[in-house]
Amino acid sequence: MLKVEEQTPVQLSSALLAKFDDVKSRYPEGKQKSALLPLLHLVQAEYLWVSTSAMDQIAAYLNIEPIEVYEVATFYSMYFLKPQGKYAMEVCRTGPCCLVGAEKILTHLENTLGVKEGEVTADGLFSFRGVECLAACGYGPVLQISPDYTFYENLTTESVDKLIEDLKNK
Amino acid sequence: MSRKLLLEHINVPGINTFEVYRQKGGYRAVEKALKTLTPEEIVEEVKKSGLRGRGGAGFPTGMKWSFLAKPEGVARYLVCNADESEPGTFKDRYLMTHIPHALIEGMIVSSFALGAKVSYIYVRGEMMPQIRILEKAIAEAKAAGFLGKNILGTGYDLELYVQPGGGAYICGEETALLESLEGKRGNPRIKPPFPAIAGLYGCPTVVNNVESIAAIVPIINDGGEEYAKIGIGRSTGTKLISASGNLVKPGVYEIELGLPVEEFIYSDEYCGGIANGKRLKATVAGGSSVPVLPANLTLKLANGEPRLMSYESLSEGGFATGTMLGSGGFIAFDEDQSIVRNTWNFSRFYYHESCGQCSPCREGTGWMEKVLNRIVHGKGNMQDVDLLWDIQRRIEGNTICPLGDAAAWPVASAIRHFRDEFEYYINEPVKSQTVPYGMANYAVPIEKITVTEEK
Repeated sequence: MLKVEEQTPVQLSSALLAKFDDVKSRYPEGKQKSALLPLLHLVQAEYLWVSTSAMDQIAAYLNIEPIEVYEVATFYSMYFLKPQGKYAMEVCRTGPCCLVGAEKILTHLENTLGVKEGEVTADGLFSFRGVECLAACGYGPVLQISPDYTFYENLTTESVDKLIEDLKNK
Repeated sequence: MSRKLLLEHINVPGINTFEVYRQKGGYRAVEKALKTLTPEEIVEEVKKSGLRGRGGAGFPTGMKWSFLAKPEGVARYLVCNADESEPGTFKDRYLMTHIPHALIEGMIVSSFALGAKVSYIYVRGEMMPQIRILEKAIAEAKAAGFLGKNILGTGYDLELYVQPGGGAYICGEETALLESLEGKRGNPRIKPPFPAIAGLYGCPTVVNNVESIAAIVPIINDGGEEYAKIGIGRSTGTKLISASGNLVKPGVYEIELGLPVEEFIYSDEYCGGIANGKRLKATVAGGSSVPVLPANLTLKLANGEPRLMSYESLSEGGFATGTMLGSGGFIAFDEDQSIVRNTWNFSRFYYHESCGQCSPCREGTGWMEKVLNRIVHGKGNMQDVDLLWDIQRRIEGNTICPLGDAAAWPVASAIRHFRDEFEYYINEPVKSQTVPYGMANYAVPIEKITVTEEK
């Protein structure tokens, strides 16, 4: 399952490790494994994906086995196990959003960016994928962009075009 | 205008800050609870209020609290379930975004009532903006002396933390949520033991939905009896309804339970009718897991009386002619929408979200997705409809957690009420790809379902 992508080992910065310490302090003594999901988010926010090297270091930090990190990272859908575009767009593709045109937005992204779902554009800026319900059904179609998960609502093909232009010029 | 308890001040500028929330009477419930009530008295008020869990199951909150074990020297936990992921439901996002302090205040009062010194709000990971909002609100409350050591000089200590999830629907199930909070895969636990006995870290734990916890605030402020006067019968109080789909005004509405469904859909105070002047074909009244109902059974009970937005009225008639209030995710379909396509979409959702522990759900959701996929794309045959019926029947009731049921019910109800539309896709494989079936023969529920074989 866990495909090892081409990767260079990462060195977690002291600033990141300080954030780790803060998260770990939220749980009782001996229950530090609870920090696992938040730590994976912190790593992903820093590197835009979660590499095996980073996961191994999380395991060492939490004093747990690497497999305990891998099994969690592969279970939850938010963790990217391979590099994404700088702006990883996630479009809700579940029922209520489809009633108001989510499928059209996905097709439009594919045509506009010229890549298929899961691929990264040549300039490294964009990737996109359909995801399941984002709990914003009344404002559909919606998309979010990691790593800070900014939300865009009531999408039209025009507003998506504008969003892509704005991000390119950022 | 009906009474608003949770969203009363939603339009006040700055209500997301501690200062404005406090000016509007916020944190009175904490003062009242910590200074004048005992934990037992708070639990008693919640019992009197008749409040039922707002996350979907509708279990009485006061009763859930009273099951909490209290062994000497063992920590107890309150965990707020903010893993809102049920398709059609977005009320908790709304509440946390606009009035985060309502949740924080509810958490403080509830933690005090349950004797918890550390509490967690488990928020689905995708809601990073809401996580940041809650963390800011917690810091403000702490700075004002409502959290931390010796709250308001009463000697009560409470630390409150926000925990992000990783993007898994199953973590809305309370034992899967606890597994996830312990840093593991979200596999639901076998019950018993229930979390009230052995929950987080094996300690007694209560898990409550965001809206349930926020509702504790008006219950303490006004008293359980006052709260119970709102609503109808055993459906007391107000409920946040997330309205989506083909409506003029989709959004989050606070209703008094007992509001006629017809008024909710068509009145200008709420959804304002069906968008683009079309007709209503069907609804999913309580989130994707509950049975889909054709328009006539949405608006009226089988006996012709108006159907109401309440736990009892929505489930009136059982699954033959009724549905459920669930989490209050109200999805409306106009006459051009395809029930078959939506059923396929939902089945893909459950297939994606099944944790994989139990074979009937892991395999069955995949089978249903596969069969529905071919029907939707004009490649189905007539036996597929019976096959689908058979699969869903074998999932329901045969799994550790209710995800299996949640996957089975939408399929069963779609076949029950819209079998003719499934047959349209099979008989017209080409036409069905471009021409909507339109209004189904929704007035007549199909009485008999052919099942190919018995167990």
